[in-house]
Order: sequence, then C-alpha cells, then structure tokens
Amino acid sequence: MNRTFTCILCPNGCEISVSYSENDISSVSGNKCLKGTEYVEQEIRHPVRTIASSVLVEGGSMPLCSVRLTRPVPKARIFDVMAEIRKIKVKAPVHAGDILLFDVLGLGSDVTATRNVETADADPDAAHF
Amino acid sequence: MKPVRKQAVIIGGGPGGLAAAVRLKKNGIDDLLILEREHWPGGILRQCIHDGFGLTRFGETLSGPEYAQRFINEAREMKIPLNTDTTVISLEHDKTVTAVSRAGLVQYQADAVILAMGCRERTRGALSIPGERPSGVFTAGTAQAYINLKNKMIGRRAVILGSGDIGMIMARRLTLEGAKVDAVFEIQSYASGLPRNIEQCLNDYGIPLYLNHTVTKIKGSSRLEAVEVSRVDENRNPIPGTEKEYPCDTLILSVGLIPENELSLMAGVELDPRTKGAVVDEFYQTSVPGIFAAGNVLHVHDLVDYVSLEAERLADAVTAFLHGKLSPAKISIRTEGGIGYTVPQKITGKQDVTLFFRPRKPMRGGSVEVWQDGCCILKKKYPRLLPAEMEHLSLPASKLFSDSDIKVVTGDE
Repeated sequence: MNRTFTCILCPNGCEISVSYSENDISSVSGNKCLKGTEYVEQEIRHPVRTIASSVLVEGGSMPLCSVRLTRPVPKARIFDVMAEIRKIKVKAPVHAGDILLFDVLGLGSDVTATRNVETADADPDAAHF
Repeated sequence: MKPVRKQAVIIGGGPGGLAAAVRLKKNGIDDLLILEREHWPGGILRQCIHDGFGLTRFGETLSGPEYAQRFINEAREMKIPLNTDTTVISLEHDKTVTAVSRAGLVQYQADAVILAMGCRERTRGALSIPGERPSGVFTAGTAQAYINLKNKMIGRRAVILGSGDIGMIMARRLTLEGAKVDAVFEIQSYASGLPRNIEQCLNDYGIPLYLNHTVTKIKGSSRLEAVEVSRVDENRNPIPGTEKEYPCDTLILSVGLIPENELSLMAGVELDPRTKGAVVDEFYQTSVPGIFAAGNVLHVHDLVDYVSLEAERLADAVTAFLHGKLSPAKISIRTEGGIGYTVPQKITGKQDVTLFFRPRKPMRGGSVEVWQDGCCILKKKYPRLLPAEMEHLSLPASKLFSDSDIKVVTGDE
C-alpha cells in the first residue's frame, strides 16, 4: 500500500511517502528528520494526538484556564478525554504547569494548566475585560 | 504637557514587543517602556490555547499562553516597565508618543520607537458578501476569544470561509466543544494555511476543505440560518448554477490578516503595498529614522517563533542605533515573478543578510534567484514553496557587485 502523510510534529509539515503492508513498512521518503519516520510508523499502527482545551475557574480573574495534555493520547479517545476535561472545575489561583487531572482515563497523560489565573481580588480590574 | 524622555518606547506587549524589550534590556538599554492596549500582556497568544508554538525558539512544543508567559516572566524578572490598559493614540515623525490610560494622557519623547502592534483580521465588510446581516458571523479570532477567554460558546453548526490557520484551528476547537463544522471553503485553488493544520484540524475530524469555493449569500433575519456557497472560476468569480445551501447558525471568516499600521502612517512611515507593513532595511528601521518595526505589524508571520526571533534581531539593531552606529541602506530589493515580497526591502550591502519572502502561489521544485547588474548572483532550490509558509534566503555581502538595486525572482521550474 502507498500513502502520503503530512507530518504534524513541526511546522515544516513534511509530505512523507510511505509504502507498507500489514506487517511491514518498506520505504519512507520525504521527511526532513528522523521524527518523520517515527511519526508515520505511529500513524499507521496507532495514531495519537495531544489536545488543548479550557477548564472552569472559580473566583479567578478570568472564567477559564487553558489546559493541554502532557502526552498524546490515542486519536480514537479524543472525545472521551474532552468529556473528562469538561468535568474539571478548579479554584483560583491556578498556575501554568499545575496538574489539574492525573492520568486521564488511565491513558498515561495528565491535564496540565497552561495559564496563570490569579484570584479575582488580586486583579480587580480584570473584571472589566 | 512636558514629554517624558525614554531611550526606547515599544508599542505593543505581544510576542514581538516582549521579545524586543527583553533583548534590549539584556543589551544594556535600561530606559525602556512597553505600552500595551489590553489588560494583560501576551497579545494574541493569550487566546491561542492550542499546542505547537516554540519548537524553533525553545526546542519544545508549547501552547500560546505558555509561550507568552516565558517572555512575560523574563520581562518581570528584569523589571522592564510595562503599562497595560494603555492605548497609544498618536505617534509623530519626531518620535513623540502620546498614550492614554485611566491615569490620563501621557507623552513620551523616545530616542527609538519600536512598532510591535501586530495585525488584525479582515472582516465581512472587506469581502462584500451579499445577503442579510444576522448575528452569527464571526472572524476566526473573535470566535477564538469568545470560546477560549470568555467561556461563551458561539454556535452549534458552523461553516468556515477561508483556509487560514486560525480558521482551521477554530474548526477543530468548535468540533471538540461539540459543534458540527460542515466544511471549510476557500476561494483560491490552494489552502492559505499550513499543511499540518489541514491534517490535524480538518482531516482528523473529517471536515472537508473545498477549494475554488466561496460564500455567495448570507441568509437569516436575526440569527444566521444558512449560507449559499458557489464554485468560482479561475478569476474567482462565482459560477452561476453551482450554488448550494448549507444550513448553519455560525459562519467563521478566516480570510486574511492585515498589519495594524495606523500609528505608523501618522508618523509618516512608508508602507509596502505588498506586505501592508513598513518598508524596512536589515536593521528593521523604517523610512523614519529611529522608528523600527518587527512582528506581524511588519509582515504577517505564520509562526510566532519567527516573530520573536525577528524582534530579537531588531533589538540588536536598535541597540546599535542608540549607540549611533547604523549604516544607510542604499540597495533596494525588487521582486518579480513568483515572489510576493521580501523583508527587508532595503539593505546596506555591507553585511550578510537573510531575506524573508513568500511565494505568490504554490510551486514545486522551483528555485529563487537574486540578480544584480544583469547577473544572477545567487540561486537556491526549494522542493516546495507555499504562500502559507514564510521562507528565507541567506545573501552574503560578498556576492554583491555594487550598490545597484537587486531583484529577487523565481527561476525555472
């Protein structure tokens, strides 16, 4: 089987041509770096993605804190992970790097805050924005 | 009002302004000030919560807020003055900056002014889409701000016009938040965003991208009810008989970004009609001595990493300027053929420079040539050139014959 992949690991977005059968990848070309080979192998066998979203914050200078996954999860589980992220509610202050949910659905990836949200009292002006 | 003297005033506290400020401070320029219109520094990165920033600048992948925070933390640690909630309302040729905030009106007299105001989105008005004027029509960045900053979901069923990166990222974001995104329509024959975003934002979620299509009617009285979409011909004119209706409550526009240069124009800065940003030399100095520009206000970038790196190069040049050491740039760079523009547009010829450019249309296996005095002085091959991707070309000073103008063109394919 021949297929062309667009590598998503970096902004180069290399177009990678791959020949493969059920058990074996026979040729990989078009990638500028070795990560491209790993990407297509992963993509053929078990595609994974990281996702970003937001969670509700109580008493913060903003209503939301942005989050992302610390490791990619199986592509097929993205919407299950989104449902778990949607349940999270945290109290301000929150800081970038705080783990808000450990090992989501046992997939080996944590949900981590990517923004600082201070308490509303610490930044009263923020309410106007 | 007696102006406050400053060595450097930086207009805009987004990724460009912050990176320039931090580098200036490291270079020993202490008397500087960042003026930021919003309540928080960080610019547009605050709402770009997706992953993928920082691979070039930091060697790791970060979300927008995390990327911005690195520069904000550095600026704070270095105690760089940053006035937020402060809008610059005028900039004059003599580098007088007038700003307003709740504290009142303040005027600064700067030795150097750094333009880092970023860009804004093209809107429905700029496209002249016929039809009614219901609610539910958003630019991609506005939709992103509502969802990612304000916790407001904007609709349940969306259509996206334009294949810019933010539009594709919002297609994914809306899908993850439970909305149905029916399609992305692009009037051009190629996508205007990055290939990786077509892959991870559209293909991953089964959202089709239709090239050579545009929205030809907007329907709905108070809220958007449907859009009519048509195929377009090679001149981008809708083809009668190809109309198709898509029921939706939300139309997202991702149809281009425009550098925000009102202040630059007030100061008499010459703009380049191709980039809609300032004409600059290799020091990022505009046509007004002492006024410099970098980031999206200079030309629209596809990656924030390049904005930071550009602002850092600008800061080094501003440092030299403040010490009185910039050579005049006499060599103009013209572009022809498939080259859309270059930045810088002028060079001194006295040092090696990197020219940043975009092609006008996608090209495969093409080359880019630099000509001076009737000779091709440099040629470089590119396996793939896309308008979505800013490219660069290193031009060593040793290749130049003279102070004659040079031109950058596409070579034989």
